[in-house]
Amino acid sequence: MSEQPIGRFRFMDQQNVNLDGFATPDAELGLIAFDSPHDPTPSISIHNGEVVSMDGKTIDEFDTIDEFIALHGLDLSIAEEAMAIDSLQFARELVDPNVARARIVKLASGMTPAKLAEVLAKLSAAELVIAMTKLRARRTPSNQAHVTNRSDDPLLLAADAATAAAFGFREIETTVPVAGDAPSNAIAVSIGAAVASPGMLVQCSVEEAAELAMGMRGLVSYAETVSLYGTEQIFVDGDDTPWSKAFLTSAYASRGIKMRVTSGGGAEALMGGAQKCSMFYLEARCVSLARAIGSQGVQNGGIDSASVAGSVPGGVRSLMAENLMVMVRNLEACTGNDALMSESDVRRTSRTHPIFIAGSDFICSGFGSIQRYDNMFGPSQWNSEDIDDFLAMQRDWGVDGGLRTAQEPDVAAARRRATEAVTAVYKWLGLGDFTSAWAEQAIDAAGSKDVPDADLMLPLSASRTILDTNVTMLDVIAALAETGFDVEAERCLDMLKARVAGDYLQTAAIFDEEMNVLSLVTDPNIYSGPGTGYRPSEKRQKEIDTIRQQKSVSDIRNEQATYRTEDLVATGNADVSHDPRDVVIGVSPATGREIWQTLSGISVSDALRELLAGLEEEGCVGRIVRINDTVDLGMLGLQAARMSGSGISIGLQAKGTALIHRRDLAPLANLELYSVAPTLDKELYRLMGINAGRHAKGATPEPMRNPYSDEAIEARYHTRVVGLVAIERECSSDTAPEAMEVTR
Amino acid sequence: MTQGFSGKNSNDVTVAAIRQGDITIDDVRIHPETLEHQAQVAEQHGNPQLAANFRRAAELTSMADDEVLALYDALRPGRSSQEQLVAHAESLEARGAVRNAELFRQAASAYARRGLTAK
Repeated sequence: MSEQPIGRFRFMDQQNVNLDGFATPDAELGLIAFDSPHDPTPSISIHNGEVVSMDGKTIDEFDTIDEFIALHGLDLSIAEEAMAIDSLQFARELVDPNVARARIVKLASGMTPAKLAEVLAKLSAAELVIAMTKLRARRTPSNQAHVTNRSDDPLLLAADAATAAAFGFREIETTVPVAGDAPSNAIAVSIGAAVASPGMLVQCSVEEAAELAMGMRGLVSYAETVSLYGTEQIFVDGDDTPWSKAFLTSAYASRGIKMRVTSGGGAEALMGGAQKCSMFYLEARCVSLARAIGSQGVQNGGIDSASVAGSVPGGVRSLMAENLMVMVRNLEACTGNDALMSESDVRRTSRTHPIFIAGSDFICSGFGSIQRYDNMFGPSQWNSEDIDDFLAMQRDWGVDGGLRTAQEPDVAAARRRATEAVTAVYKWLGLGDFTSAWAEQAIDAAGSKDVPDADLMLPLSASRTILDTNVTMLDVIAALAETGFDVEAERCLDMLKARVAGDYLQTAAIFDEEMNVLSLVTDPNIYSGPGTGYRPSEKRQKEIDTIRQQKSVSDIRNEQATYRTEDLVATGNADVSHDPRDVVIGVSPATGREIWQTLSGISVSDALRELLAGLEEEGCVGRIVRINDTVDLGMLGLQAARMSGSGISIGLQAKGTALIHRRDLAPLANLELYSVAPTLDKELYRLMGINAGRHAKGATPEPMRNPYSDEAIEARYHTRVVGLVAIERECSSDTAPEAMEVTR
Repeated sequence: MTQGFSGKNSNDVTVAAIRQGDITIDDVRIHPETLEHQAQVAEQHGNPQLAANFRRAAELTSMADDEVLALYDALRPGRSSQEQLVAHAESLEARGAVRNAELFRQAASAYARRGLTAK
């Protein structure tokens, strides 16, 4: 016996999914999604308007997280009623379209972390989808992009920010590999975003105080990387407390800057501080605390620890349940799908898909709109190579995932303008000079590897100048205006003025392209069953449905016209032959009229030349006859066989599908069928000619086997087949069979 | 009609005015009354905690950026003694920032109990 596993298992072991880590659940380490034996039983006790015990702890046992939640996080007027509701009953209300969202969020505001964890753990995957559809804050879904690169290249950042805006993202998150580059990155992304759209929210994720300082200068318009943790130890390791985070939250609001916090199941286990609790319970504490400190929203769903949650049973479900918990707490949900949680395309799609179809305030809290290697947060769950996949998924399901198709010339123009604007502003403000070669590389680049001319020192020196000379967004706006970028200047100013109005501080606020605020207040999600809730507008549905790759019959006709040749012509009426060497090649109505190239990419003329040559090799004489009154391959072949002196024919549709027929067979019978046209190359047509000749002579043919491959042949070609058959049908008529010639 | 922290009407904040150097960052900062208005909106939409945050924020609008950053730092773990936190609370209270003062008082008590004051 070999010690090596059998081939089937060796093969399975090689699959990408087996690069992922899967953990045996271990409550002691917090490696458990739901229901650790150490999770507390939900409870609350209130005396004289004060919480004196909660979730199994008395007030003197409270850690800082418990204490802050007890002091600020619960609506005590409803807490006792809410805690008394049967958890299963409340879980049912979450999915019941007849129970209003307002009732759910009202009752939840009186529920402790353990209570809400108990409720949400009762929902199945499908129920999570319905509950999310119903309970998210904003009606219109949206999406967020990561825009970063390895070099902090301002030109590439601006070009990629413009690209992200063109594809429909409404928020852009950038960060730095080099901390000192942050102000330059914030300016470059803000300018690039403004090139492609008004109302783009921009953040630059760095250390808490540094991020706030940039916000105060107007360089960013929101903040997100304000981390919360579910145990006190990890919280303090993160150099914060609930009180410092509450103050920070107010500091952002005091400058009119939108802000959300970040948490996520598995973070505590990853840092070895889960205190034997389940990931979901600890996250319930984070979400409760987020509400308590007055954050308008939460980015969660694992985030950097998503793969930790993904390693245990039910972990992916718990990630989605975390997001739903945020919604139930009446907060903006930025629903993870951020850090790549699996090497498997199947698993990562499976992890995102329920949220994608349910819709959330931001489907991804960082769709990596740039190359994986350029993502300074680490590769995302979705990356630039997936944009077309995501757009196709939107179209497949009729779902608004926040993205739209962008046309290449538009994106190219936006990237050019973005680099020009950054070049002009940096020069005007004395931040640095860019060479035209650098700019041209950045415009064309798929990623920073395509920009060898980038000067890695420029962002750092630019950032120092920004800090030393106290450059604010007002200076950037002035520079844009002075250098002729009036539209961008106005758009950047609009984002500053938005802070004065403060409407975008409300829960789940984004701007649409007309600078309207869409939020819990202005665009509330009201779902009460089929026919209600968010429905894309006609215009938006068209954006979702119309991807750039789609082809109509006229597109296919135009494409075929570009292959038109003059070497295949009709020469007159076709006769019946009595020559035993005669083999008729019956071709379809569009042959020599509208269809010039087969699905395998060779010309119809070449296919015919090979068939004729094959027949000649066997001493037969091929004769091309266009059968005008049928598009059916079997009928085509049979009609040709009836005109053939040998009684043998080849039927060929212009798209390349072919068969060998005999005049005494039924129409749908045949001698040989070459059905997979996309795989039929010249060699196979030659072989088919030879075999038809052998049939004609009564010799033994060598039947060709259709070549098979692992490609999705049908996905690739079926739409084109439908179009080509439609063209054939348009070309068909009562016209008698015509002789044709192909010149050599 | 919205006015910035400086009192300047938002309609007067234009690109042309910025080019002339007539606009300062205080003209594009939020006014405490606007935050109070947003607090009322948040309350009406089922989030009293968000409202409380906006009201704490309103108190911070009059403070310089550096002071806000320094107060944040003072609240980070291990940065301040209980007495320092209480002193911040008293100073805030004296300037009318009563909600933030309350936050500092709670922190002083909680940090002392949980060992998060400066050693």
